[in-house]
Amino acid sequence: MKVKDYSKEQLTDFYETMFKMRRFEEETFEFYKKGMMAGLAHLYMGEEAVATGVCAALKEDDYIGSTHRGHGHLVARGAEIDRMMAEILGKETGYSNGKGGSMHIMAMDKGILGANGIVGGEIPIATGAAYTIKYKGTDQVAVSFMGDSATNEGTFHESVNMAAAWDLPCIYVIENNLYGISVDIRDVTNTPDLAVRAKGYDIPGVVVDGMDVTAVYEAAKKAVKRAREGKGPTIIECKTYRWQGHHVGDPATYRKRRSETEKEDWMAKCPVTNFRKEIIEAGKVTEDEIKQLEEKVEAEIQAAVKFAADSPYPDASEAFTDVFQEGTL
Amino acid sequence: MKEITYAQAICEALDEEMERDDNIVMLGEDIGFIGGNFKCTVGLLEKYGDLRVKDTPISEQGFVGMGVGMALTGLRPVIELMFSDFLLVAADQVINQMAKIRYMSGGQANVPMTIRCPIGAGRSSAAQHSQSMQAMVAQFPGTKIVVPSTAREAKGLLKTAIRDDDPVLFLEHKMEYNKKYQIDDDVEPIPFGKARIAREGKDITIAATSSMVMKSEEAAEKLAKEGIECEIIDLRTIVPLDTETIIESVKKTGKLIVADEAHERCGIGAEIAAAVADDIFYYLDAPCGRVANPNVPLPFSPALEFPLIPSADKVYDKVKTYFK
Repeated sequence: MKVKDYSKEQLTDFYETMFKMRRFEEETFEFYKKGMMAGLAHLYMGEEAVATGVCAALKEDDYIGSTHRGHGHLVARGAEIDRMMAEILGKETGYSNGKGGSMHIMAMDKGILGANGIVGGEIPIATGAAYTIKYKGTDQVAVSFMGDSATNEGTFHESVNMAAAWDLPCIYVIENNLYGISVDIRDVTNTPDLAVRAKGYDIPGVVVDGMDVTAVYEAAKKAVKRAREGKGPTIIECKTYRWQGHHVGDPATYRKRRSETEKEDWMAKCPVTNFRKEIIEAGKVTEDEIKQLEEKVEAEIQAAVKFAADSPYPDASEAFTDVFQEGTL
Repeated sequence: MKEITYAQAICEALDEEMERDDNIVMLGEDIGFIGGNFKCTVGLLEKYGDLRVKDTPISEQGFVGMGVGMALTGLRPVIELMFSDFLLVAADQVINQMAKIRYMSGGQANVPMTIRCPIGAGRSSAAQHSQSMQAMVAQFPGTKIVVPSTAREAKGLLKTAIRDDDPVLFLEHKMEYNKKYQIDDDVEPIPFGKARIAREGKDITIAATSSMVMKSEEAAEKLAKEGIECEIIDLRTIVPLDTETIIESVKKTGKLIVADEAHERCGIGAEIAAAVADDIFYYLDAPCGRVANPNVPLPFSPALEFPLIPSADKVYDKVKTYFK
């Protein structure tokens, strides 16, 4: 569908979510550059259309499983960005009181079963959520986000196989950004499209332009409908690119092997700025309206940055809570 | 009272808990149609249907991970791994996911799941089907670890495991499954972290796990005839560990042996010996001793396997070294 076929509200929602993710990650990068953040973070810049399009097709009580590159998924599911930023800075007010950090943000009240530090680690977990849905007989769905490289983990194949065999309401979303750290997926995998693996499990597998939010949304809507109707899982592969390296400290010089301008070519397809231009040009929204929206988001981002920066670190004794119900054993 | 096997006691615990709570769902290899490789789930598929008693493909990481997802979304999964050795196939989901999600989430999420699997040597199952994983998993915080001794203990402790809101690794001894035990008609859940004095004695304390409790009892009978009174502590759980009961006993006897079938190196015996030495060093009349598997993989041939396995005779011999 072209943007003219969507409501103004839907289009501005898409844009607001993508813009918020972009600004969220830019500020996360700033935390790192200013030395405010311990450890590392894996930025979602460039991939905004994927989480936005997929999560727009979900209902409030659906579940998602996320990855090490998870900030975008969480923003799209409506996690509180101030508590996310506080967690990234290791503060007491963060989602996990500073115990998890960027790679382990979880928001159970939003159906977010957690970002995950192990590539492919979350795939069976989201599949298990789909099993719960099937067992309870509700019309919820579970989405398992993963990178391209997770499709070479055993958990991917084991999970997709079981979901297919038992018609579980799970949608496997592959964010194919072409690289697993420095390794080009095309050098270690025999098929240029990863969604073709769906054939091996006799389920639908679709490839979509991951830089186009409406394309992702349409594919997700179809997969979600199929899952809600009890017809089983779908694999959606979104072709996308990460602006930054694997994490904030990775200059990603390895990406010039195939083409000197690979990064620039992808950045020309920016899902955020191109979409902004497109919806204004289509007359769906005015420049002024977009600016107002951006100001609103910016105020939210700045408030979150301040909240995170001003929040205290947890007391050292916090390390000894939450291992078990009883604390430590 | 009635006479049933250890496997039947486990099956009864599963059945009684499933009857009580619809959120209990079981996944595992061969648990449905044939009632489990060791017959611990006989009749449950017929009674509860194939959505609650699910035969899985051979995908240990996949279905253990699904258990984690089920536990996070309101179910109380009980996962059977056919052998505890297969925990290593599923290790990421067991150790990096199941055990840590509560902590990494800052207490937002509970993972109320139980993994059941058999430990122990003695069936010529060789190096990949005979191991005892209690110490290895205990190294990583976040999982409660149960090592039941008799059928009654297995039944009561399994009920507690299933009702617990934290992840539990429930390690059954494969050489016990077919043994018959007299047990009460009704067995209540047995609390974790409270060891059982299986036999009272004044001369030496034997802290034992799993089938080593019964082997120690057999040794103690023989030793009693020679005037040596052993106090046997059935540890029941490794995590939490009831150090208090061990320490009270050692204060009385002054001597401690730990009997656990896993490999000796970095095992439960070393852990308990260190804890006792830390706390009541001056009560000890002698160094703490261990009865465990030597640090070699379990071999196939009975001629090689049986001499390695910790037995009643080995417990007897070890105790005798303290009374020369």
